[in-house]
Amino acid sequence: MNILVCIKQVPGSGNVEVDPVTGTLKRSGVKSKMNPFDLYALEAALSLCEKEGGTVETLTMGPPQAKEIIIESVCMGAKRGFVLSDRAFAGADVLATAHTLSQGVKKCGTYDLIFCGKQTTDGDTAQVGAEMAEFLELPGVANVLSFDEVKSGSVTLKASLDGEVVRMTVKTPCVISMDRDVNMPRLPSYRVKKGITDDAVTFFSLQEMNDTDANHYGLLGSATQVERIFPPKHDKERRVVEGSAAEQTEAIFDLIRRKKLI
Amino acid sequence: MGKLIIDQSRVTPEKADSLTGVCPFGAITYADGKLSISAACKMCKICTKKTGGVIRYEETERRAVDKSLWQGVTVYVDHRGGTIHRVTYELCGKARELAAVTGQPVYALIIGDKTEAIAHRLLRYGVDKVFVYDDPVFRGFRVEPYTAAFCDFIEKNRPSSVLIGATDLGRQLAPRVAARCRTGLTADCTSLEMKENTNLVQIRPAFGGNIMAQIVSAYTRPQFCTVRYKVFAEPEPGEEKGEIVSMTLPPEKALSAIELLSSEEKPKDVDISEADVIVAVGRGASGEKELAQAGELADLLGGVVACTRPLAENNLFDSKHQIGLSGRTVKPKFILCLGISGAVQFAAGMKGADEIVAVNMDRTAPIFDIADYTVVGDVQEILPRLIARIKEAKAHVQ
Repeated sequence: MNILVCIKQVPGSGNVEVDPVTGTLKRSGVKSKMNPFDLYALEAALSLCEKEGGTVETLTMGPPQAKEIIIESVCMGAKRGFVLSDRAFAGADVLATAHTLSQGVKKCGTYDLIFCGKQTTDGDTAQVGAEMAEFLELPGVANVLSFDEVKSGSVTLKASLDGEVVRMTVKTPCVISMDRDVNMPRLPSYRVKKGITDDAVTFFSLQEMNDTDANHYGLLGSATQVERIFPPKHDKERRVVEGSAAEQTEAIFDLIRRKKLI
Repeated sequence: MGKLIIDQSRVTPEKADSLTGVCPFGAITYADGKLSISAACKMCKICTKKTGGVIRYEETERRAVDKSLWQGVTVYVDHRGGTIHRVTYELCGKARELAAVTGQPVYALIIGDKTEAIAHRLLRYGVDKVFVYDDPVFRGFRVEPYTAAFCDFIEKNRPSSVLIGATDLGRQLAPRVAARCRTGLTADCTSLEMKENTNLVQIRPAFGGNIMAQIVSAYTRPQFCTVRYKVFAEPEPGEEKGEIVSMTLPPEKALSAIELLSSEEKPKDVDISEADVIVAVGRGASGEKELAQAGELADLLGGVVACTRPLAENNLFDSKHQIGLSGRTVKPKFILCLGISGAVQFAAGMKGADEIVAVNMDRTAPIFDIADYTVVGDVQEILPRLIARIKEAKAHVQ
């Protein structure tokens, strides 16, 4: 069983702010970390391989420093990992990111299962995994909770779907997006970290992809364009509700109705 | 569309430091007398304004599709077991508004098994045509046959915009279809607006909701977006109008690598940290009667009951229901705090809520410092009245 886990480096804190005057992102000195949702995918892949045999490798796309999370994944038990890094990949939307990752997957090797996290904490779209599966022409299942049976050529699993738990058998290779909170991700091993060698991380640039047309990557390959970014409006009103109990009740009721809670 | 060009002739070792410092993402590096931009670049273009012309932005021309060939706003109908997910009606209402700007039709797309009743219901929501792929192969959601049917519909009808509910199903289907069409998809839009040139202006929160981004897909069609439930208003149903169009997908296109074995209702595990609506009770509302009423109110609002630490310690609630530093952190859209004084430890666990309503007899209670609605009053008076008022409103709707 060979598994590739797609992971992403995200800002260590969600507190990114827009400068209301210039409309640009405020600089923040926060450190980066592995997307927390990816940890569940990585843990699921590692424990599956411990049971069934095989290896786990990891893939990310980002700036050169994204290799930090590949090293972290190796310290957690992955055999090695890959970083797709090229200036041509910058500014990618969901479509261009998914295309880049699918090209990267083909470059990395052949796998029975490709794991993703449910979503990222910065982009927060929960769509890249599914679009990548489409580009790879592989079946995909999202919100996977657990694996019942792993056979050569298929996996039987449980996945969450809008209030239901669905049990299904999926032919491999396939793309699995793990749900959150489905396991307890292990901690990186300090001993592995001490002994890590340079060949644990491999970089790929645009020129090493099967598709080397820069128009399919990054900003040029993106179908969506961000026209502007702006701070959210706070339309909240702080108020003191005076009057009788009946009047106060009515004020709360009005708010409940406006918030569409009933 | 474009790229960043570096004028290396104007880069000097003395200037290098100030140039690399300009980028908020650390993407500009200087080595061997050359300035370069790494993959960390987010194309925010700050560097074009702050490097005195060393880095400039060059537009590259990009050809758009012929937009006049793409007409209409399509709503994907999310349904299960003969019930339409309400987000679908909300999207129909929005689609009607958007289509009115360009004078284009509104379509609904149904993929499923035994969907006749559903199709008729949609005709009451201002949909001009309901396209139906009805076949046993669509019983239970499997991504490949659904994607194939969706793309078959797009190929034959060429809608300009497609709105999809951000349910678990919608979140799996939308990216598949958008990727196959090689077009844009914007997740979790909170606002949609149609331009006369048929560009759909999509606004969504980015970076954890601290920033709003305005997004368009100006060069490709269709324009896909997903929208969460309860973002738009649900329209009132009217008379049945419009047409139902039956569609078929060739069986060889409906193949799947997925075999569905069984499905069961998910056990409802109470997780207050995920709840959108919370009725929280403290010592001022810990009587048997108030607790029962708080539970009833939470049920009426589709929310959960949570409590302060003293109530959890007195075993009135399981600790899973406790808000605060020693309990859970919550971020609901609405929290009603009943008889809670609002100690800092409690406030730390819930001040991220969108709307905080606090009812307390004590005018000086610290909870009122963070409350959006300050209600100085008696929980025993207000709580039963509120329940009665909501029941009355619900009875009226039915």
